[in-house]
Amino acid sequence: MFIEIQHINKIYTDKDNNANTVLEDINLEIPKGQFVSILGPSGCGKSTLLSMIAGLTSASSGGIIVDGKNVQKPGKDRGMVFQEAALFPWMTVTENVVFPLRKEMNKKQAIERARHFLQMVQLSNYAGHYPHELSGGMQQRVSIARSLAMDPAVLLMDEPFGALDEQTRSRLHGQLEKIWIDTQKTIVFVTHSIQESIKLSDRIVVMGTRPGTVIADIEVDIPRPRDEHKQQVAALEERIMGLLKGEIDKVINEELAYEARS
Amino acid sequence: MKPAVKRLIFFTALILFWGLGSHFELWHETILPSPFSVWDALVAGFADLTLVYDLVASFRRLFIGLAVSLLIGTALGILLARSQTADETIGSMVLALQSVPSIIWLPLAMMWFGLGEGAIIFVVILGGTFVMTLNVRTGIKNVNPLYIKAARTMGSNGIDLFWKVIIPASIPYLVTGARLAWAFAWRALMAGELLSAGPGLGYTLRYASDFGNMALVIGVMVIIGVVGAVVDQLIFQRIEKNVLKRWGLES
Repeated sequence: MFIEIQHINKIYTDKDNNANTVLEDINLEIPKGQFVSILGPSGCGKSTLLSMIAGLTSASSGGIIVDGKNVQKPGKDRGMVFQEAALFPWMTVTENVVFPLRKEMNKKQAIERARHFLQMVQLSNYAGHYPHELSGGMQQRVSIARSLAMDPAVLLMDEPFGALDEQTRSRLHGQLEKIWIDTQKTIVFVTHSIQESIKLSDRIVVMGTRPGTVIADIEVDIPRPRDEHKQQVAALEERIMGLLKGEIDKVINEELAYEARS
Repeated sequence: MKPAVKRLIFFTALILFWGLGSHFELWHETILPSPFSVWDALVAGFADLTLVYDLVASFRRLFIGLAVSLLIGTALGILLARSQTADETIGSMVLALQSVPSIIWLPLAMMWFGLGEGAIIFVVILGGTFVMTLNVRTGIKNVNPLYIKAARTMGSNGIDLFWKVIIPASIPYLVTGARLAWAFAWRALMAGELLSAGPGLGYTLRYASDFGNMALVIGVMVIIGVVGAVVDQLIFQRIEKNVLKRWGLES
């Protein structure tokens, strides 16, 4: 398999020395070119799992293999898009996209490549602007272009549209879907939005919380574009809602119990 | 009304009050000379070039001292930010040194470097170094962790990560540090010059005071204030504002 996640456990001890299990025995196999969403309520460890694939967080036990290589540290074969655009404010849009390229090609090639990917996210006209001059949605598109420009084997996205307004999010869904079809990249997409995961992905991995485990692994066989198949989308949405209902209740009950104690 | 207009009216009124008070002898000329005497003293000082030499001499010391203090401050700040042990030892010493006016080093500096330039420049350097150190340290420690994570996923680490991401990300703090270092160095310079040999603005101030020339004393005070305000507002605050805007930190 292209990405293999094997027996991942993540346990951390809080300041009272209590062991908290964030992730428990996660096993996933993701084939090349698949668009897979990891869906779950907040606190289920989905972002932690993504961060482990990126090599930014280490697991307590277990291993992750991407394209035959064991993940030890971050690398350019795994592009990451964060919830905030994480653009460097002292660089122009082009300089930001050139940043990961500057060591492996000359300046002219790098700028040419940056231009190509900025075109892909329809931001060629903003190449010389600074990030603070762009809207949140535009910044996020630059961030996607920056990740794609280094030609990663897999694109990791951590709630990339979570901080955007509804209209912008919906437009970016369309753009991302098109980019995925054009580039054939493997995409691992973390979200807490059921609609978002159904709209975009081939497959939805539903995670439960405390500890974080995989509670369902759903193939989405609704034809694209999915806006045209509202009934099937609604049916799947209801099914996932049913799966998550218990999990969300669990979170709320725990929070209520915590508040009652304190 | 524009701030500049408000300011103009305020200062006109202030000088008018001062002039009228002197004119009607609400206070004696030897205690507080009239604005006209101060103006005459300034004109005379610039005409015979003494104030020009003073300004040149003072700025020379300031530039040397400030440049050295920015260099040492940056280096020391980087060290404190990167090494826990250095922060826990040298860091606490820097905090202590930062809280004392650098002029108290003058007696020692005079023993080490003699009564001349060396001692004053040493005091100026001490004036600027520690505030720069603390700002550089804070700047590096407060770099948004997201920038570092993003850079690491793009294959940057070690020295490249430090110079290409961490240092540029802390530039707003570096600029603030430089502005404060200038302000402290300027005060240290004036204090140092008051107590040592000329030429220099501070020296002329004391010289005028020794000869009872209060008009020139006030004239030099005005120059010191104007230079301080102009450099701070026209140079440093402008740079600081631009940097904060670019770095997206402007509230």
